[in-house]
Amino acid sequence: MKKVYKLSLVMMLVFTVILAGCGNNNNTANSGNNATEGSNAGTATNAPATETPAEAPKSDVKVGLVTDVGGVNDKSFNQSAWEALEALNTESGVEIKYLQSKSNADYVPNLNQFVKGGYDLTWGIGFDLGDALKEVALANPDAKLAIIDSVVDAPNVESVTFAENEGSFLVGVVAGLTTKTNKVGFIGGMDSPVIKRFEVGFKAGVEAVNPNAEVTIMYAGAYDKPDTGKSMAATLYNAGNDIIFPAAGATGNGVFNEAKSRNDAGGTKVWVIGVDKDQSLEFGDDVTLTSMIKRVDEAVKKVSQQVVDGTFEGGKTTVLSLKDNGVGLPETSKANVTEDILAKVEEYKQKIISGEITVPSE
Amino acid sequence: MHRLKKIFATDSYIVPIVAVIMGFIVGAIVMLIGGYDPIAAYSSLFQRVFGSSYDFGEAIREMTPLMFTGLAVAFAFRSGMFNIGADGQVLIGMTAASLVGIKLSGMPTYLLVPLAVIAAGLAGGLWAGFAGYLKAKRGINEVITTIMLNWIALYLSNYIVKNFLLLEGQNRSVDNPASMSMTFLASAFDNARIHWGTVLALAAATFFYLYLWKTKQGYEMRAVGFNPHAAEYAGMNVGRNVVKAMFISGVFAGLAGAGEVLGVFHYQSIFAASPGYGFDGIAVALLGLTHPFGVILAAILYGMLTYGSAGMSFGADVPPELIRIVIGSIIFFIAAQGIVRWVLKPFYFKRKKEKVS
Amino acid sequence: MSAAAPVVELKQITKRFPGIVANDSISLTLNKGEILALLGENGAGKSTLMNIVFGLYQPDEGSIEINGKPVIIDSPNKAIELGIGMVHQHFKLVEPFTVTENIVLGMEPKKGVKIDYKSAAEQVRKLSEQYGLQVNPNARIHDISVGMQQRVEIMKTLYRGADILIFDEPTAVLTPQEITELMAIMKRLVAEGKSIILITHKLKEIMEISDRVTIIRRGKVIDTVQTAGTNPNELAEKMVGRGVTFKVDKQAPQVRETVLKLNNVNSKSKEGVNLLNGLSFEVKAGEILGIAGVDGNGQSELIQAITGLRKIDSGSITVSGHEIANLPPRKISELNVSHIPEDRHKHGLVLDFSVSENMVLETYYKKPYTKNGFLQREVIDRYAEKMVAAFDVRTPSIENKARSLSGGNQQKAIIAREIDKDPVLLIAAQPTRGLDVGAIEFVQKQLIAQRDQGKAVLLISFELDEIMNVSDRIAVIYEGQIVGEVYPQDTNDQELGLMMAGSLKRGGNAGA
Repeated sequence: MKKVYKLSLVMMLVFTVILAGCGNNNNTANSGNNATEGSNAGTATNAPATETPAEAPKSDVKVGLVTDVGGVNDKSFNQSAWEALEALNTESGVEIKYLQSKSNADYVPNLNQFVKGGYDLTWGIGFDLGDALKEVALANPDAKLAIIDSVVDAPNVESVTFAENEGSFLVGVVAGLTTKTNKVGFIGGMDSPVIKRFEVGFKAGVEAVNPNAEVTIMYAGAYDKPDTGKSMAATLYNAGNDIIFPAAGATGNGVFNEAKSRNDAGGTKVWVIGVDKDQSLEFGDDVTLTSMIKRVDEAVKKVSQQVVDGTFEGGKTTVLSLKDNGVGLPETSKANVTEDILAKVEEYKQKIISGEITVPSE
Repeated sequence: MHRLKKIFATDSYIVPIVAVIMGFIVGAIVMLIGGYDPIAAYSSLFQRVFGSSYDFGEAIREMTPLMFTGLAVAFAFRSGMFNIGADGQVLIGMTAASLVGIKLSGMPTYLLVPLAVIAAGLAGGLWAGFAGYLKAKRGINEVITTIMLNWIALYLSNYIVKNFLLLEGQNRSVDNPASMSMTFLASAFDNARIHWGTVLALAAATFFYLYLWKTKQGYEMRAVGFNPHAAEYAGMNVGRNVVKAMFISGVFAGLAGAGEVLGVFHYQSIFAASPGYGFDGIAVALLGLTHPFGVILAAILYGMLTYGSAGMSFGADVPPELIRIVIGSIIFFIAAQGIVRWVLKPFYFKRKKEKVS
Repeated sequence: MSAAAPVVELKQITKRFPGIVANDSISLTLNKGEILALLGENGAGKSTLMNIVFGLYQPDEGSIEINGKPVIIDSPNKAIELGIGMVHQHFKLVEPFTVTENIVLGMEPKKGVKIDYKSAAEQVRKLSEQYGLQVNPNARIHDISVGMQQRVEIMKTLYRGADILIFDEPTAVLTPQEITELMAIMKRLVAEGKSIILITHKLKEIMEISDRVTIIRRGKVIDTVQTAGTNPNELAEKMVGRGVTFKVDKQAPQVRETVLKLNNVNSKSKEGVNLLNGLSFEVKAGEILGIAGVDGNGQSELIQAITGLRKIDSGSITVSGHEIANLPPRKISELNVSHIPEDRHKHGLVLDFSVSENMVLETYYKKPYTKNGFLQREVIDRYAEKMVAAFDVRTPSIENKARSLSGGNQQKAIIAREIDKDPVLLIAAQPTRGLDVGAIEFVQKQLIAQRDQGKAVLLISFELDEIMNVSDRIAVIYEGQIVGEVYPQDTNDQELGLMMAGSLKRGGNAGA
């Protein structure tokens, strides 16, 4: 008992010392903060600070962004969103900041951090943040929020979703026409409505151009597990698939990794179809057949700009489809995809836009 | 394994405190190297925790499951076992609380909530007790079984949520009407998700202390934990104590699950991966020297660090990976007691040596 | 100082631990090429003193000189550097490693970055030839006998260039044959110019091998004498501080009804080997039955069978007429069977429990120690205080961990607990193993006192002296069978030795 008492006493003492220390440091820290705030463009972002001119345009708009567990370096979706904000920061001097969530318990406090910190717009990136964002939006009716990939029914929230099925249909067309083994694979992150749109669209695209091709569907159960992605890719490639379309965030990085090592080893040529961003820029043309681009960056930029311009309305849901260039293939596809196939893709694209073909979504 | 036991069973409290301080220092050095201001970072860390009543409440929310899982690991440890499976037990506890809360939603709240909490505790206890049973009857190492049971728990929970409790079109269960939230405190904490689980965790720590050191059964468990051979010679049923200890350990973990589902989220998500409460619990138990009150203090510290880490990236632009380095360093310094002792040698080691004889 | 300078000289060494002065101004000298015995009871301060010499502890006062030069030994590495080697009582070997690997551990000869095992093995072979330490350099530690392991420990110190060897209770774990061999090795070492400090409390060994004896009692040097000019009685008196009788005084036994009866008990190991092979004997109230035998002939299994820790395949075991075969340990314990286990660390005590907690290890669940499921600390502490006083268990307080007690005091604590249960049957397995003369005398007296109170006592021991001195009747166990029963007054060591080796059977039913 005595020991316990002593233990708690010492612990308390340490806490007090630490806290006292912080109390003293607060002033200096704050001034430090102020100092950094001016040059925030450099510190907040990992963008080259030197490119920011000293007389960068200033704006007192503050935009915050909460990622899911993937973080802003996931080479996909969260990164797209953050890069859009970084661009905005360079262009119009908007102050930007992100918080990465460690678990789904973090969503609410992280959103609140921005909302209560007086940010003019708070982004939630990802389907999983839907519930948390709704809770925060309803509790803070004066705050402005926006979300990607989920529809939140609140007057102060702008929701942006994408017609992933349409874009996926087009990469499905590429895959169906490129495959030599007539076997292609799909690796989803988690079985959610969003990923389902990728899966269904891709499958429909392959089947539309190559009825003999077999599409194997797998789910990794996670967006942040490149190791799982790598081992699933190995399974698929071993089974004779020569193209894999991962829609699984950072988990997909493992798929690229596996494909790269196979191609380097000089076996049968295998391909990966990138997702969300033009991933050939990240992983190179030798493995990236094409990418299903989802213009998260465009959406983030557009809605954030509305806040800057004072035209933010809220309560709306925007669906970005092929028609709006919200999804699609990048220019770099030319490197690996033949003219003929690209022509075919263009043909299907027009048919989808004109409504001649309706791509299933679930 | 034996080494680990020695680390856990140490009764010196100076080591963890110095380890914490050294962890902070290493974190500061890493920040300096990375070009960040450690003073600004640490002050934003504490500001995030103590800055507003909302954040303070949320920090308490963050600490609560750590208290439970820390107690769970510590309790098993005191009985000579290493419960790596607190994570799975949390999940099973969550699922039980969800099943009871959602499927029996017709019941009056004053019955439904206690029932859901009890179900969570029981389910976690049985889940861990099963590993204990395998150890007692078949001699299978509990480290292995509890790790395996973690995976089973993860996929079983996801299966149950997906097939029986799913909210259409979402990655989660329908809302759970059983609520452990302390709504009367909501305004005081600016709607932070404060819930009864915290009170329950403190009660669990008290129970832990009284049970292990004041009761006949606790005496048996400690004897089995220290020396199962002598316990057997003295006529104690070692196997039964193993199962019982794992059961109680699992109950603690299961209650953490109840707190999360009934107090924080009010629904259960489909988890992409283990939420990790159990593994943090090992760190907390280690930091708290497997003493129940030490565990509570350790959970408070660990929770503050975890919750405050967002403050570091918000206030000082320190990337979230860095706070992991700080936490990792603290754990490292506790595990590598030798280093801490070495630092302390001039003041401390001599005295420690003399205690032996 | 000339060539006559002692190799080790301790001057006024004082070492205090909280609540106790372990070494009180101790001075001693070790000359080159001699064996100095350090004699003292358990807890007298011998080990503390040697730990100071080996750099594990720092003295509070006093100084150490090696070869006439004052030194400060602040770590074992420093001690090794100074040519001091210690052969610990509990070996510090890596079991899965080979003999060679253990010997060179930490000082491996290198070839580039690789360990040069060939030259290591060669060096080990040289050492073993030079000092007559036969041991297979390629055997793994867990495959060789305890005596061999001790040789490895000795070679480790020699490999590191030790000239001064400290042996801490080296014979405690050895068989008589191995003890003889060790004595020869030590003589050889001295002949080769090494100097030895031998820590022991076994008078026989001291008389046989040492040149001088320094006697320590309660942290103080009592005397230093030439071995040639003394005798065991004098040494024992100096060590204990009073006269010690080696012959155990006892009255003729008042034998009454049968208490323990084993009839044709069989028990197989997991592999199907017969460990207990049709074992039968009886112990009656008021007598001590000694089970003599070489280690490993079923003694441990016999005890396990009687105390409920081992299932038997056939036969019967009764205590006061109750069948106890295959009952759980607690049921048997509740029939008033007490047991002093052979391995007190493993089976007798929970070393991390306090002395107080250990005192109620078997009775904690009964009133008055437990009430409504809660332990009654005060009652337990009061009881423990009483026991500690009654059995002279030396501990700073009952709150100290059992681990911190010396071996003799740990054994006293166990005996206090077991005897206080007022048993009808007391099983004492190796009760004096590793104890000093004073403690041995105490334990044996307790056993006889129990017998005189009409208890049945079963004594299992590998020490023939003890069997001969204490028992009223002797049964010899060999390969899981009783091969003979004799009365101590009708037999002698030679006859018992032959029976223990399985080459003589005698008097099948001496007790009946």
